[in-house]
Amino acid sequence: MRLINRKPGRLLAVALVLLPFLAVILVYSVASDIRRAENPRDKLLPAPGQIVATAHRLFTEPDRRSGRILILDDTIDSIQRLRLGVALAALIALVLGLIIGLIPLVRAGLEPFVGVLSMIPPLALLPILFITLGIGEASKVALIIIGIAPIMTRDLALRVREIPVEMIVKAQTLGASTLAIALSVVLPQILPRLFTAVRLGLGPAWLFLIAAEAVASESGLGYRIFLVRRYLAMDIILVYVAWITVLAVFIDFSLRRISAFLFSWAGEAAR
Amino acid sequence: MSFVTVDNVFQSYGTRPILEGVSLEVEEGAFISIVGASGCGKSTFLRLLLAQETPMRGEIRIAGAPPAREPGRDRGVVFQRYSVFPHMSVRDNLVAAEGLSRPLGRLFGAARRAARVRAEETLYRIGLGAVAKAYPAALSGGMQQRLAIAQALAAKPRVLLLDEPFGALDPGTRLSMHDFLAEQRAQTGMTVFMVTHDLAEGFKLADRVVVFDKRHWDPQKPDAYGATITYDFDARDGGIPFQKLSPALRPTDGSHPPAHAAARPERGGEANTHGGA
Repeated sequence: MRLINRKPGRLLAVALVLLPFLAVILVYSVASDIRRAENPRDKLLPAPGQIVATAHRLFTEPDRRSGRILILDDTIDSIQRLRLGVALAALIALVLGLIIGLIPLVRAGLEPFVGVLSMIPPLALLPILFITLGIGEASKVALIIIGIAPIMTRDLALRVREIPVEMIVKAQTLGASTLAIALSVVLPQILPRLFTAVRLGLGPAWLFLIAAEAVASESGLGYRIFLVRRYLAMDIILVYVAWITVLAVFIDFSLRRISAFLFSWAGEAAR
Repeated sequence: MSFVTVDNVFQSYGTRPILEGVSLEVEEGAFISIVGASGCGKSTFLRLLLAQETPMRGEIRIAGAPPAREPGRDRGVVFQRYSVFPHMSVRDNLVAAEGLSRPLGRLFGAARRAARVRAEETLYRIGLGAVAKAYPAALSGGMQQRLAIAQALAAKPRVLLLDEPFGALDPGTRLSMHDFLAEQRAQTGMTVFMVTHDLAEGFKLADRVVVFDKRHWDPQKPDAYGATITYDFDARDGGIPFQKLSPALRPTDGSHPPAHAAARPERGGEANTHGGA
């Protein structure tokens, strides 16, 4: 039987999902053991057991100075910035993408401009944002927006143009105005794509968030990672990285489920 | 005065002529089939009738009105695919035929409830009552096209344009769609243009069958000339009038047949067509 025709059963599928994760943990444990055999005080690859202990301490024991559980405060602050940045970027991308895709006069004027904007490396703008907006929340949210909105806008504009022209013509023969077509024909059809664009944009959004927090901040997941880096606290860094990954996976999964629930008409495209 | 007047229409894309000197006059309530080889400008002609494109030269008038510059409610259309809105339920697709012409593209409150009741009545009449709440993706091709036709008719257009509406359907479904279309047409009495690849279908449904073809053909440069109407058959009575003619009355000069519907003979009388059907 050809390899392309062999499909895993349920049990094998689960095993195959776990395999790469287990492999990474195994490689890490072995490498950690080797290093600590040479030097029991090694800080670069702390033992898995120590990481778990650190995680437990971070999530349960309040900070001695402030009396608060820092990882949860950091999470709330970071998620707040991420949420605001991604939501505003999604709104901008939805409105701009819709009119760029639907209205030729707007497209002629804005499409090349958005194309050029999306080529600017957002991190290069970070100093400008700190200078103009200060080092408060606004500059971090702005970096996320600048980082992901142009690409999301282009993506949604393309999706608008993928709507068969027959459908737009049909709406016109039913007497629809430009506004009616935008609101009742195009908008509902690009909403599933907006969810996909947000899911894809979340990766870069995390990147820009952590970068902005690393450079200038007083709280947040990125801030903490770069703070404890000074003490080579690899166990804390690894817990934070794992926690960020868990959050990202959870957000992605939730968005996918919400999209599939809201847009059952779109079938696979909403998944 | 004819209802649809096509006067010496030329259309080209870039330097490539598609249609040359197309003229046609159609009575109100007539059913015109448009046939011809692929790439002969049938669909371009339909887009011109729809006012999705405007001709380079010549003009198309409906009911004496000035030539339309964009599609509107007076011309309904059904394409081979993508004619219904995938994000609306079957019922809402019919409601949209009323709602889309409102400022925000939808109806609210009592008007919407009334439109839903009307839509459900229509759906039961056309045999889609059981799937009113389903999305079009869950429907068979024939059901989707039935919905598309009902949706186009719900806007009460004066002219219905069909672009190979049954091209993607299996033969059995196609036959039942013919009956459905004939029935809808009998009820509304509107003027219909249908582009089709299927000659038998064209003659079965239509009053007239017009053939698009290129008058001139340059083998070195196949794109050098555009197409025009080369035949205009009387298709009533299954396209038989010509065969009933006595040989003496058959035109022999080989000229292009006059394209005036008004000059058409009574059944079994003289025919204004030449060539065999």
